[in-house]
Amino acid sequence: MKQLAVFILMLVLAVMIFGTVSAFAQEKGGAAPAAGANPFAQGGQKNPLLLVTAGFAMAIAAAGCGYAQSQALAAGCEGVSRNPGATDTIRFFVILGLAFIEFLALLTFVVAAILLFTPKFWPTA
Amino acid sequence: MPEEQFFISSVLNRYLFNPAARALGIHFSGQESVPPHICMLVVISLLLIIFSIFLRSRLSVDNPGNLQQGFEVLHDALTGFMRDIIGPGAPRFFPLIGSLFIFIWLSNLFGLVPGLMSPTSNINVTAGLGIIVFLYYNAQGFREHGFLKYMAHFAGPSLLIAPLLFVIEIISHMARPFSLSVRLFGNIFAEELIIDTLNRLFPFVISLPVMALALFAGTLQAFIFVVLTMVYLGGAVEHTHAEEAHHALPEDTVESSGFHSPK
Repeated sequence: MKQLAVFILMLVLAVMIFGTVSAFAQEKGGAAPAAGANPFAQGGQKNPLLLVTAGFAMAIAAAGCGYAQSQALAAGCEGVSRNPGATDTIRFFVILGLAFIEFLALLTFVVAAILLFTPKFWPTA
Repeated sequence: MPEEQFFISSVLNRYLFNPAARALGIHFSGQESVPPHICMLVVISLLLIIFSIFLRSRLSVDNPGNLQQGFEVLHDALTGFMRDIIGPGAPRFFPLIGSLFIFIWLSNLFGLVPGLMSPTSNINVTAGLGIIVFLYYNAQGFREHGFLKYMAHFAGPSLLIAPLLFVIEIISHMARPFSLSVRLFGNIFAEELIIDTLNRLFPFVISLPVMALALFAGTLQAFIFVVLTMVYLGGAVEHTHAEEAHHALPEDTVESSGFHSPK
């Protein structure tokens, strides 16, 4: 129950931050470069929403990935301490599983990197 | 990511690639005719080829040198893993898997040298590696089973759910080169980005521990790429359980997995 409350609080906080940033973006909207223009040539004004989106996406992905990897590692440690003879097999499967779990966070990272480093997405709305 | 000038690519471009491109009449925009990751690919490939030829000329059975012994340890470890995962006929796949491991490992570690970059931190390079693996394991599957039997291999054991399973298997196989390449690219790119960001905060001091971590992560990623290649190859080449249930895993690995030895 307490965890749910914390989660809802974080959600409200996120919505508040989104609101302020989008209001900020709308105020600055007048200075947006024309569509099709090269953002590099005009100093490359990034949409602030991009920063918030990329940061929050990465944070959520890292939290989930960390929790899942901790579960996998805990199960692996328990297996090894129960049956030390199976250490090599368990180590192999834990490393493989960690790679699979990590891949989901990496997908988020790639999306965030595409958002941040592709000038096509930069101009403010 | 903004295009940056890397030492080796600017040198190679200025003295080798740009004059060659001008001589061939190829037009290019910007200062560099060849992007940095291709330069690093060329450098690493040449290094590996020259090193291999040098090593091969010094191979000997009676009097093995340190280098030869080190590579024999690597060979034994990799073939041991391949025997566990693929089966007894595994060593015939060693040329691809061994070269993949050495190449990816060296590529990951080269990014830690100042002035160089990892070619694997570019999605095009890792996509090439993933597509090579995809084509290779499917070709091996076709060669092992023949066209129809390999296609039936996708459909699963039961005829009832075969249409559904066939579609799902095809989609999952299509996702394999994507996941292989994005996994490698994401890890190496993230690592380079973190080192770059820390270097901008405070040059060289904070990023040293991260570089030590990156040594470990680069090795692990090369290993994971190779192990996943082995798993895919094993899935493509393996025979059905009725044919040879006992040859899939050697006896000693079944013993050491602990399932049959109550303690």
